[in-house]
Amino acid sequence: MSTNSVTVRIYVPKDACAIACGADEVVEAIQAAALARKQPVEIIRTGSRGMLWLEPLVEVATPEGRIAYGPVEEGDVAGLFDTGFLAGGAHALRIGRPEEHPFMAKQTRLTFARCGIVDPTSYTDYVAHGGYKGLERALALGPVGIIEEVKKSGLRGRGGAGFPTAIKWKTVADARDDRKYIVCNADEGDSGTFADRMIMEGDPFELIEGMTIAGIAVGATKGYVYTRSEYPHAIAAMEKAIEVARQHGMLGINIAGSTHSFDMEVRMGAGAYVCGEETALLDSLEGGRGTVRAKPPLPAHKGLFQKPTVINNVLSLTAVPHILADGGEFYANFGMGRSRGTMPIQIAGNVKHGGLFETAFGITLGELINDIGGGTASGRPVKAAQVGGPLGAYVPTWQFDLPFDYEAFAAKDALIGHGGIVVFDESADMVKMARFAMEFCSVESCGKCTPCRIGSTRGVEVIDRIVAGERREKNLEVLKDLCQTMKLGSLCALGGFTPYPVLSALTHFPEEFGDTPRRLEAAE
Amino acid sequence: MPHYEPWSEERAEAVIGEFAHLEGPLMPMLHAVQETFGYVPDAVVPMLAERLNVSRAEVHGVVTFYHDFRHEPAGQHVLKLCRAEACQAAGGDALAAHAEHKLGCKLGETTADGRVTVEPIYCLGLCATAPSAMLDGRIVARLNERRLDALISEAQS
Ligand SMILES: Cc1cc2nc3c(=O)[nH]c(=O)nc-3n(C[C@H](O)[C@H](O)[C@H](O)COP(=O)(O)O)c2cc1C
Ligand code: SF4
Ligand code: FES
Repeated sequence: MSTNSVTVRIYVPKDACAIACGADEVVEAIQAAALARKQPVEIIRTGSRGMLWLEPLVEVATPEGRIAYGPVEEGDVAGLFDTGFLAGGAHALRIGRPEEHPFMAKQTRLTFARCGIVDPTSYTDYVAHGGYKGLERALALGPVGIIEEVKKSGLRGRGGAGFPTAIKWKTVADARDDRKYIVCNADEGDSGTFADRMIMEGDPFELIEGMTIAGIAVGATKGYVYTRSEYPHAIAAMEKAIEVARQHGMLGINIAGSTHSFDMEVRMGAGAYVCGEETALLDSLEGGRGTVRAKPPLPAHKGLFQKPTVINNVLSLTAVPHILADGGEFYANFGMGRSRGTMPIQIAGNVKHGGLFETAFGITLGELINDIGGGTASGRPVKAAQVGGPLGAYVPTWQFDLPFDYEAFAAKDALIGHGGIVVFDESADMVKMARFAMEFCSVESCGKCTPCRIGSTRGVEVIDRIVAGERREKNLEVLKDLCQTMKLGSLCALGGFTPYPVLSALTHFPEEFGDTPRRLEAAE
Repeated sequence: MPHYEPWSEERAEAVIGEFAHLEGPLMPMLHAVQETFGYVPDAVVPMLAERLNVSRAEVHGVVTFYHDFRHEPAGQHVLKLCRAEACQAAGGDALAAHAEHKLGCKLGETTADGRVTVEPIYCLGLCATAPSAMLDGRIVARLNERRLDALISEAQS
C-alpha cells in the first residue's frame, strides 16, 4: 500500500535506553517498510522524551503535530504502516501527542524542555528552540552580572551535596591565576540515575552552553566533561556536538564573536564509582588514581592541575542557560524552602512507568512513585524506595509523604542526591540490600580512610553473621557501632553515607534482621 | 566480536603517542592501549612511565586502581550484567544466577573454553527499563530469561 509521495518525517530516539530497547532495529524496519511501499520518509534521531517505559517511542509528524506510538518493536512496524500511522492513524500502540500524555503534561520542563524534540546533532535546531539565548544574555551581562543572576535563582548543586552554585563560581571568579577550569561532573554512577546521560544524548548543546557561560563568569577558557565508560552513547553525542559548536564559532577563540574564548573536551573514567567525588575526579582527570583529596584547599582555589576550578554536575550546568535566558527570579519561582527551581527526577527499578520527570521541588515521594510511576512493574505492593543512589536511605512507604526538598529529606536521615528513585516491591530482602551497600562501599572505597576501607568489609561480615543467626543481638550492636564509626571517621560521603542505606533498612525493617520490631515513626 | 591486535611495542608507542599533546594524558592512553590490545599489558607500564616522566610504580598504581583495565585478555566475548540496585529490584539476581549456571562460571570469570567472560557492572544508566546488560559494547534493556539466553547463545557461537 503506497500512502503518498510526500516525504513523511519520523522521529526515533537514539537515547541509549531506546537503543537498548531496540530503537536501531525499529529504524531499520521502518526504512525497509517504507522502501517496500515506495513511501519516502525522513528519519530523525532525537533524544528521549523520558517516558522510558514506552521506548522505543516513535513519533510521526502530522498536521496535528507529532503523534507518538510506543513501545514499538521491530515486528510492529509493518502493521503500523498498514494501519496508516504515517498519518497518525489509530493503532493499539498509539499514544497520541506526547506533550499531552499525563506523564508529560504534569511536568515543568526547563532543563529537559528540548530533550526528545530536537535533533541533538543540529545547531540550527538548538537555536530554533531557544538555544543560546542564555549565552547571549550572559555576554551582555558580563561575569559579575552572570553570577548575580545565578545567585538570584537559588540554584544548588544537583550532584548530591546541594551546595549553592553562585558561591562556588564567585570563589573561582575572585581567584587570581593564569589558568582556570570548568569541570563538568558527568560521572553519574548512582544506580537509578540517568538524567545526565539523557541530557548529554538528547540536548548536548545545552551542556556546552552552560559550561561556556560558567567559563565567562569565572574567567576560565577550558572545560572538561568527565563521564563514565559505561556511557559510550553519551560520549559520542557530546563529542559530535562539541565539533558542531566549534564549526559554528560557539566554542574556540572569540565565541559568538565576543572577546571570550572557551573550548572543551570529553574525558572518560574507567569504572570507579568514587571518581564521581569531585576531588577524586580531578585526580583521575590529571591521570592519577581516583583518591579523594582532603579539603582545604577547595577545588575552587586549587583544583585541576592546582588551578582554580569550578566543578559542577551536568544538571547544575544545564540549568544555567535557562536561568540566564529567563532570569534568576523566574527560576527561583519554582520550588519550596531553600530548594529552588526544578529537579529532573529519575524513577527507576521495579516501577511501571519509569522515566525522567522534571518538576519543581516539593512534590512528594508517594506522588512520584504511585501516581506518576504507577506503582511497581511486578504488580506487587511497593515496599520501599532507595532515593539518592547507593549512599541514599531506603524510605519505607509510611514515609512517602516526604516532599522532594533537601532539608525535608535530611531531617529524615535521607538524601535527594542526584534525584534517582529506585522502587522495590515487597519481595525485596532488606538485609541483602544492607549487605550490598556495605559490599559496594568496600569494592569502591578509594582506600584512604580505615573506617571506609576496613569498616565496610567488616560490615559485610557482621551482616553475614546476623543472617546466620550468630549472636544476633551482639552483632546488631556491632553493626550500629560500625556505622557510627564510618559516619564520623570518613573523609568523603562514600564511607560517610554508606551507613544510611544500612541503618534505614535496619530501622524500618528490624524484623528482617531478627531485631525486635519497634516501628516508632509509624506512630508519630 | 571485538578484534584486538597482538602485542607490539612499536604499535603501543604509536597508540600512546596520539595522546601525548593532551593535558593529563594517562587515562586516555590507557584506554587506547586496552582498545587496541584488549588489555593493558605489563610491558606498556615502563613505556608510559618513561614518556610521562613518572615512576613505574605510579603508572602501575593507576592501572590497578580502575576496574575497567584488564591485566590479561578477556574471553572472546564479554557479557556484563548490571548488578546495581535498580536492576536488583527488577529481578537481576535471578538472571545473574541463571547466567552463571548456563555458562558454568561465576561473575568475574571466563568460561573454560575461553569464549565468554561474564562480569558484573554497576549501572548502565538504563535503570528505568531494568534489568540491563551489555554484550561486547552493545546495550540491552528489559532483560528476561529469554533475552538473556539469546545473548548467551550469541556469545557462545
Ligand atoms: C562517592 C561520591 C560519588 C559522587 N558521585 C557524583 C557523581 O556521579 N556526579 C556528581 O555530579 N557528583 C557526584 N558526587 C558529588 C561531588 O563530589 C560534588 O559534590 C559535585 O560534583 C559538585 O557539583 P554540584 O555542586 O553541581 O552538585 C559524588 C560524591 C561522592 C562522595
Ligand atoms: S570515605 Fe572511603 S572513598 Fe571516601 S576518602 Fe575515605 S576511603 Fe576514600
Ligand atoms: S542499575 Fe542497572 S542500569 Fe542502572
